[in-house]
Amino acid sequence: MSIIRANQLDAWEKCVDTGVHFMLGNYALVEGAISAGCNFFAGYPITPANEISERMSQRLPQVGGKFVQGEDELCSVFALAGASLAGAKVMTATASAGFNYMQEGLGYCYTIEAPIVIADVMRTRGDNFATYADVYQLRYGCSGDYEAIVVCPASVQELYDYTIWAFNLAEKYRNPVIVMSEATIALMRERLEIPTAEKIELFNRKYTTAAPADYLPFGAPENGCPDFAPLGKGYKTIYSLNPHNEKGGIDWDPDEFERLYKRVCGKIRENEDDICRTESFMMDDAEYAIVTYGSETRPSIEAAQMARESGIKVGVLKLCNIWPVPEKAIREVAGNVTKIFAVEMNMGRYVNEITRVAGGKCPVVSVTKNRGQIHTSAEIFRAIREETK
Amino acid sequence: MGEELKINPLRKFLRKEKLPHFFCAGCGCGQVLNYYTQALDALNMDPEKMLHIGGVGCTARIPIYLKTDMFHGVHGRTLAWATGVKMTQPDLPVVIFAGDGDLVSIGGNHMIQSCRRNLDVTVVMVNNMNFAMTGGQVAPTTPEESVTMTTPYGSGEPRFDVCRLAMAAGASHVERWTTAQPVQCKLAMERALQHKGFSLIEIVSQCPTHYGRYALKTGDPVKVMNYIQSNTYAKEQSERMTDEEKEGKLPLGMFICEEKPVYAGTNMAF
Repeated sequence: MSIIRANQLDAWEKCVDTGVHFMLGNYALVEGAISAGCNFFAGYPITPANEISERMSQRLPQVGGKFVQGEDELCSVFALAGASLAGAKVMTATASAGFNYMQEGLGYCYTIEAPIVIADVMRTRGDNFATYADVYQLRYGCSGDYEAIVVCPASVQELYDYTIWAFNLAEKYRNPVIVMSEATIALMRERLEIPTAEKIELFNRKYTTAAPADYLPFGAPENGCPDFAPLGKGYKTIYSLNPHNEKGGIDWDPDEFERLYKRVCGKIRENEDDICRTESFMMDDAEYAIVTYGSETRPSIEAAQMARESGIKVGVLKLCNIWPVPEKAIREVAGNVTKIFAVEMNMGRYVNEITRVAGGKCPVVSVTKNRGQIHTSAEIFRAIREETK
Repeated sequence: MGEELKINPLRKFLRKEKLPHFFCAGCGCGQVLNYYTQALDALNMDPEKMLHIGGVGCTARIPIYLKTDMFHGVHGRTLAWATGVKMTQPDLPVVIFAGDGDLVSIGGNHMIQSCRRNLDVTVVMVNNMNFAMTGGQVAPTTPEESVTMTTPYGSGEPRFDVCRLAMAAGASHVERWTTAQPVQCKLAMERALQHKGFSLIEIVSQCPTHYGRYALKTGDPVKVMNYIQSNTYAKEQSERMTDEEKEGKLPLGMFICEEKPVYAGTNMAF
């Protein structure tokens, strides 16, 4: 893997629109992708993700990239796989119902270790209201063994920042990465500051230096990922979903199969410290903690402030990514507080992970809202007050 | 004097470690691989400098035997993969081997949209008239009334004429031949490899193991090939044949070969 700065991209001056903007969330995500060097996008219309495709169709030709509107989500996700293996940095955007269709291609990319980025602007089933109902689908939607990486921006600024992070993780670990968004932040306009290009650090996948005869397409160190070879240069790589050995040959061998998936999962599981990020707010003296993610973070911080004004010492642990589970940070919080509030915009899903990781060190209370809107701070505060009487 | 051992010169294109191949005795896929390597050789093309794509099925396994970069293992998405590749490496020749089930059943929408866009790829569709790898189920290309594993009383569905479908959708080069026509198959593949735009070469092929045994009550590949021969006709014969004579039969030949702009993304050139 090589590390570059965004000012080393081709047409970098057009890629990085440095300055302060008042921008739509979906547009900020596009700008993040372009700043990260994204040069291929394939998408299929779906609300509330349409502004991503629309802006991509405008921006990519300006920076020498290609835009494809596929005939469906399957075309989009497999075009991503093809373009990624051909060397492009690729992205698609969809919303829950469209993400359903992408599982097949996503599973292929996990297996043959193609870096792709998918933005899922999550929506309620059958309509376009805000929800985080699909947090488990992002992790468990595909058949077969794999580990997902899902980052969860909470603002327009983070839609930009986390999309760059997503591309970097995808390239570094040769794994699909999902940017989890939802209607509230996707369709909100707020301040976005785009840094100067030299301040943006980018990871690019590593290409092999081996000669074709010595190249092992799926040979990698334990818990690492293999080096790429370019297409059409004599490396004769077979990228098959079928069980394959280090040489890429399609063969059923229980030992090879076990080894392949141990590595495909291990490269994420064993690198959680590098992948996972959390942020703490008012946690130093907190007796209670809100553990939350994505756009629920902001009303949660306000609710914690309201609670503190009433004498209840509440802090917030924000999970910047929900998969892999930032277990260390959650476990530490569970050991330091008397109760955790798992705040989320669904019927109560990720609370299961938090409860599992808390491991009985403290009780975990599920604070849910499943009404197509994010929580208000007052709603969260009321839930805390009830539980801390 | 012992006879000198001769090795087929086209072996140079094949991955030795993958041989012998896994196709059933009498299957047409081996013939298609043979014709294809002949076409490569005639054009002096190097598969190592190309990308081959197979989806899922017997036909999808053909390129596994070639020394080449290859995508494989997902059903019906060959053209979707190719779309991404051609947008990124437009000069990389891409050849797809797809069965009839892969191309026009599960992959049907990708196929018609890629024809419409005139995606610059070669598609070799081996039409064995059924889903063979899964055990001989009915396909969109199965002749009406055929008995298959999922049509025990005979198929009640009319079949696709895939070449007509491709032409109607906008493909710029379309031909159909049978495995019993080695020279025609090889020349058609040569034309396809040289054609700029979407080429579909349909090769009607025998599946003695499944279509033969279930629909034709014979596992003899020659008998299945005879069946194919008597149920196809050279398109040049068309005018001399009555509608009754053509009923249920597929025309063979080159149907179209024209120059058209190739797909370069959804936007016009910036």
